[in-house]
Amino acid sequence: MSIPALSINNLHKSFGPAHIIRGVTLDIEPGERHAIIGPNGAGKSTLFNLISGGYHPSKGSIKLRGEEIGGMKPFRINRMGLSRSFQVSNIFSNMTVRENVRCGVLYSMGYGYGFWRNVGNLHDVQRKTAEILESVDLLDKANLPAALLPYADQRTLEIAITIAGGADVIMLDEPTAGMSHSETERAVALIKQATEGKTLLIVEHDMGVVFNLADRISVLVYGEIIATGKPTEIRGNEKVREAYLGDEADAIEGDAA
Amino acid sequence: METIVFSLLNGVIYGLLLFMLSSGLTLIFSMMGVLNFAHASFYMLGAYFAYTISEASSFWLALVFAPILVGLVGALVEKYGLRTVHVNGHVAELLFTFGLAYLIDEVVKIVWGRNAVDYRVPELLDFPLFELFGAQYPAYRIFTLFVALAMLAALWFILNRTRAGLIIQAALSHPHMVGHLGHNVPRIFMTVFGVGCALAGLAGVIGGNYLVTDPAMAVQMGPIVFVVVVVGGLGSLMGAFLAAMLLGLLQTFAVAIDARFADIFGWLGLSEATELGSITIASLAPMIPFLMLVLILMVRPRGLLGDREL
Amino acid sequence: MTNVAVNSVNVLGPSGSQKFMRRIVPLIALAVVLAVIPFFGPSRTVYSLMSAMGVNIVFAMSYNMLLGRAGLLSFGHAVYFGLGGYAAVHAMGAIEAASYGEGGFWASYPVFFLPVIGFAGGALAGAIIGWPSCRRAGTPFAMISLGVAELIAAAGFMFGSIFGGEEGISGDRMNGPELFGLSLGPIDEVYWFIAFWTFIGVLGTYAFTRTPLGKMSEATRDNPERVEFVGYDPQKVRYLVFIFSGGFAGLAGGMAAVNYEIFTPEALSLVPSGMVLLMAYIGGIRYFAGPIMGAVLLTYMQSMMSDYSEAWLLYLGLLFIAIVMFAPGGLAGIVVGLFNGLRGEGAGENFRRWSVQIAGIVLIMIGLITLVEVSVHWSNNYGEVFEPFGMHLPHDGVLTWAVIFIPFVAGVGILRMAHKNKEGQA
Repeated sequence: MSIPALSINNLHKSFGPAHIIRGVTLDIEPGERHAIIGPNGAGKSTLFNLISGGYHPSKGSIKLRGEEIGGMKPFRINRMGLSRSFQVSNIFSNMTVRENVRCGVLYSMGYGYGFWRNVGNLHDVQRKTAEILESVDLLDKANLPAALLPYADQRTLEIAITIAGGADVIMLDEPTAGMSHSETERAVALIKQATEGKTLLIVEHDMGVVFNLADRISVLVYGEIIATGKPTEIRGNEKVREAYLGDEADAIEGDAA
Repeated sequence: METIVFSLLNGVIYGLLLFMLSSGLTLIFSMMGVLNFAHASFYMLGAYFAYTISEASSFWLALVFAPILVGLVGALVEKYGLRTVHVNGHVAELLFTFGLAYLIDEVVKIVWGRNAVDYRVPELLDFPLFELFGAQYPAYRIFTLFVALAMLAALWFILNRTRAGLIIQAALSHPHMVGHLGHNVPRIFMTVFGVGCALAGLAGVIGGNYLVTDPAMAVQMGPIVFVVVVVGGLGSLMGAFLAAMLLGLLQTFAVAIDARFADIFGWLGLSEATELGSITIASLAPMIPFLMLVLILMVRPRGLLGDREL
Repeated sequence: MTNVAVNSVNVLGPSGSQKFMRRIVPLIALAVVLAVIPFFGPSRTVYSLMSAMGVNIVFAMSYNMLLGRAGLLSFGHAVYFGLGGYAAVHAMGAIEAASYGEGGFWASYPVFFLPVIGFAGGALAGAIIGWPSCRRAGTPFAMISLGVAELIAAAGFMFGSIFGGEEGISGDRMNGPELFGLSLGPIDEVYWFIAFWTFIGVLGTYAFTRTPLGKMSEATRDNPERVEFVGYDPQKVRYLVFIFSGGFAGLAGGMAAVNYEIFTPEALSLVPSGMVLLMAYIGGIRYFAGPIMGAVLLTYMQSMMSDYSEAWLLYLGLLFIAIVMFAPGGLAGIVVGLFNGLRGEGAGENFRRWSVQIAGIVLIMIGLITLVEVSVHWSNNYGEVFEPFGMHLPHDGVLTWAVIFIPFVAGVGILRMAHKNKEGQA
């Protein structure tokens, strides 16, 4: 077996007396599309923040391709090839769409903190930016101020910035939240295409998206993973059914697409 | 020995004055997030109002009415100025108060002139209270001490024993919560701003004749007030109190110490003839607050007792 | 797909001619203006005013690298201006000494290039002071800048051998090798020196905005969290910007060193720091040309208005507060707004509304200016009376208070009405 793309071992996180993440252990293989689901307050966002460097783990380890990243600064983790999106659109709203994506591209192409180059003359950056805009279908809106984009396009831009740096582990935090049905469908297609061949870790409430997209699913309840497995296994799992109530349980049991 | 006793007494009084001056800003800053650059200008207004009132009538009327007047001016500034700027964020608010400080400075110069005014200690208190080690101690300083302590007690009572105080306390540590409690947030802000300015005004009434009343007093005190608030910590009046006392004592003692760098670092070979060696500790006194400010922001950004970072 | 993408590179961003219009033409215009001024045969007063403007333009541009572009509010930017200036003054002294003495490096260093020394001095100061300052943006940054400024200013008066005490340190610019045939003695030769470095300063700060670091500085201003997740350390971005900003402030300091041939510790203090903040903000921090406009206006006010009225600082304060409250885009924002509003559709409507607003503002100004001037004359106690346009306005005259209140109230009324009308339409 190869080294896992992401390997989490006995991870804990407490905020004062509140023990939010209680011993999460999870291995994600390279190229796998892994979804984390769970009821509200289960600790999904905390887990995301721990992996991407937003929080320090209280205990346990997080390894990216075998290298420990727990507690590292977000920008270091990002440079090692892990990139994430945010639940609330987190874009550079004073910039144009093109400039937003360019911000995501610059570091990965080695321009770092350069102050001796004119960004307008960096043709490789421009080409890469155009490719990414093309791949997410935002090319025609490239010169619009990001703040003026419709909501769904802002979410798309969020994903575009996330993949722009060429990271091979992509984490998406509720990428389709707040989207209409047709917008969601398009977003899923886009995510599939944009993360082709990459490792994907996704938190999502929309079960349709989850079962459509994921190779494997982990269910997080009260800071613990109660089940991990293929979508069919999760559907049949008794513990998962107990954790969910009402509509959401139906969504899991039924044909969710 | 006598230096120590006198410095201790003067330091405590100066510290209390600083606290009186800064407590209002701690309230304002913690609740509204406004680091009011003009806070010391309200202190100056307090001194000048008191001067004018006591010229026309008596110091005792000034002691009551000057802070009230300053508070009213503060409330008006909040209502017609700050509130407009609020939507543009904290930097805009900070800049607004920065401009306001400029403005008040100039207005004071026009109305009361560029030189110090003769704002004197009231005759009733203008006598030496007691003699210590052959030196006389002015009664007015002890009066200052009592006014400051009375203010401290009143503030404590209001904050801990009244309903309004409890709301303010809640708002100090959780500024976003006030609105959810169903209170009229703009009115609370206006009141807190007004009261904060009135406290600064009171400090002006007492400090104006204890120190000196001139148009430069705001510029001198302004940054020091920031130091007290920041070093004390966001949301903590107790922290502001500690910081004010610490600052008062440190500065007073530094002035009283008769030593040069060469005396302290002589063992390192620093001679009094060198520029560095000839610097006196007393001349460093004005720098102490800013050294504290920079250090605390670097080492402990939440301040001494603050409940959150700036 | 790749083919499409490659073709679309050309679609992206502004076209060549747009770029030329937007980026190159303004710079050429600046160069032309700078070059043409001497041909109008300006007086000595105008020359020295122009030179002061040049210094302030570069200083304000350097300040806006922080406030406008990186979102860092500094209350102590004069520290870098002053330290750069002191470095240049000391270098000027070294040039003088070397030209009389045995030579060496300084003997061959032209005074014309002293702003380079200023840049180095300011950048070095920025590199030392910046690291602890740039950990956080916002209020902590502002407070540290204030504390550092107070400390450096106090140290300035303490170390006489470096800062020259109250009298400061003076130098003589007419030493060392001449460049471009400029002896830098007469004021018109100094002008060319200032014009050259003003252009370099503006060009340099502009070029900086086009670099990856410059772009990321804007990104860090708007969203430091996101910046971390695209591989950048916001603290390092701020720090590097801070060093450059210090450098350009030092460049302005170097220009001032040559222009005035003296530097005093006052130059490090909170007063010039506050002034540069006013220049940048009044001009408009979100526009590249904003600080230039602010620097020109304030330098003009400083030297001209202080002759007409003692209360010019009061007017400055009023102007600043008005900008903060009603026009956060500054003068540049107003100009851009007027320009755009009078071009597109609804131009007639806009024109009408603005005419009404301007009338209101003028009325308010008449009231305020009268109030201020009458007060100043009264306060001076010389028995002088404010007498504009042959009117006699003593502080206790009925006419005086009519001239103050009627226009003021009318102006406020007009502005409120215009505001209501606009809201009614919207």
